[in-house]
Amino acid sequence: MNLYAIRAIYRFEMARTRRTLVQSIVSPVISTSLYFVVFGAAIGSRIPHIEGVGYGSFIVPGLVMLSLLTQSLSNASFGIYFPRFTGTIYELLSAPVSYVEIVISYVGAAATKSLILGVIILITAALFVPLRVEHPLWMLLFLVLTAITFSLLGFIIGIWADSFEKLQLVPLLIVTPLTFLGGSFYTIDMLPPVWQTVSLFNPVVYLISGFRWSFYGLADVPVGISLAMTGLFLVACMTTVAWIFRTGYRLKA
Amino acid sequence: MPAIIDISDLSKTYATGYQALTGVDLQIREGEIFALLGPNGAGKTTLISILCGIVRPTAGVVRVGGHDILRDYRAARALIGLVPQELTTDAFESVWATVCFSRGLFGKPPNPAYLEEILRQLSLWDKRHSKIMTLSGGMKRRLLIAKALSHEPRVLFLDEPTAGVDVGLRRDMWALVRRLQMDGVTIILTTHYIEEAEEMADRVGVINKGEIVLVEDKAALMRKLGKKQLTLQLQAPLAELPPGLMRRGVELAKGGEEIIYTYDASAAEGEHAGIVSLLEDLDMAGVAFKDLHTTQSSLEDIFVDLLKGGR
Repeated sequence: MNLYAIRAIYRFEMARTRRTLVQSIVSPVISTSLYFVVFGAAIGSRIPHIEGVGYGSFIVPGLVMLSLLTQSLSNASFGIYFPRFTGTIYELLSAPVSYVEIVISYVGAAATKSLILGVIILITAALFVPLRVEHPLWMLLFLVLTAITFSLLGFIIGIWADSFEKLQLVPLLIVTPLTFLGGSFYTIDMLPPVWQTVSLFNPVVYLISGFRWSFYGLADVPVGISLAMTGLFLVACMTTVAWIFRTGYRLKA
Repeated sequence: MPAIIDISDLSKTYATGYQALTGVDLQIREGEIFALLGPNGAGKTTLISILCGIVRPTAGVVRVGGHDILRDYRAARALIGLVPQELTTDAFESVWATVCFSRGLFGKPPNPAYLEEILRQLSLWDKRHSKIMTLSGGMKRRLLIAKALSHEPRVLFLDEPTAGVDVGLRRDMWALVRRLQMDGVTIILTTHYIEEAEEMADRVGVINKGEIVLVEDKAALMRKLGKKQLTLQLQAPLAELPPGLMRRGVELAKGGEEIIYTYDASAAEGEHAGIVSLLEDLDMAGVAFKDLHTTQSSLEDIFVDLLKGGR
């Protein structure tokens, strides 16, 4: 293990995070606060409690997940796309580092940043609505697994993209809709039966369901299945990354 | 001297089908300065990129310091520093942060004293806290060298190091390269400035259309392929060469005002006789000259001849 390299890349990426700290924290905090004002206070007061949980509190896990997913994707994809764009990737490719080390450091840094944000959003939420966490360890597990999985996906996007537009494309066209339709704002059984079935093909449903269960004990699908699906998605991303490095896809001619 | 880089039968065909390298065999000796010459698109950068691990070889074996660059890439790459052709740098990081990053990336523990020494040698110490984007082109070029040296490599690749660099900086870089050589670093530079190879290199390799056309000790190459010319400016123009002066290599020029004698530089040592006898014959023929000078063909002439021959 080239630990010095892992540390160097991780620090480099975290320095980038520190430089952009204000915008990376302020904008998700503001947008989350807006959700609470609109859905929590204004509309939420007219929505009946869901299985004993106030609507404002109900949407907290979904909103944290929403930020976690989008932040993980954008951090990780930008982190690896930018050196490809500027050409500084030559140094990484010529260094005595294995792809496992590259992935650990880039994905680790991206996941760290989104975890920090996730916690900040949770704290923000606690200012607006009453929160309780029934299974803190499970909550942490889902938080970490999701941050890592979507940072891996972001890493893949950052290698696949050959323009800044493409970098935005996947988060915008696929991940945001999947998150909104993944039960951030409702439980799956509020949907007509057909859409309940369709929803089960949406991986984000499992993430949000498991995460919400760790808060209130409410779940659309059993928590074991949530965990298994998250693990499956993680393995799929890892396999893709391994393939990328084995074939040199978009990295080495 | 043992070979620090050993390339055998190396080929590269890109996904587009373009064959950039064909059966390259090349040994670089430890501690030498090797200049790889070739026109644009000859395969210089592809060759260097393969050695550094940026491009994957299609066939062949490369060893650096005895380590296979694919199987034992960690050991091989740790020995190598690369200064790329393009000025590819980060923008928002400081000079100090980026050299620390490079050192760590290559698996070396922090050593601020060493990095300070490098930055001082490259006149970048005063700029250590500056963001890279605020540096001039010449400073960025030096920064790339500092990054490449940050992990104490034993082999340094300089890909077109002086392209677009002013004369002063070029001299500084040449001086730096010599200092590095004295410290035992092997240096491989690609260039299409012949003067650079002529000034710096111990050995010269010429690559054209993906093949190594020639590898030769620079001095030997100049001797072997170089031509010398003796030009005699005559006191009175001649209409034609007197019969006594007619021999291979002698001709009238400038409307009879000059006699030019062309001979192989390699033969020069033993063939002073040729010049001496020419001068004697001039005397006998009663041709007087007012001035003379000799010129030797440069590596550039040799290079152009070689590539013409290859076509």
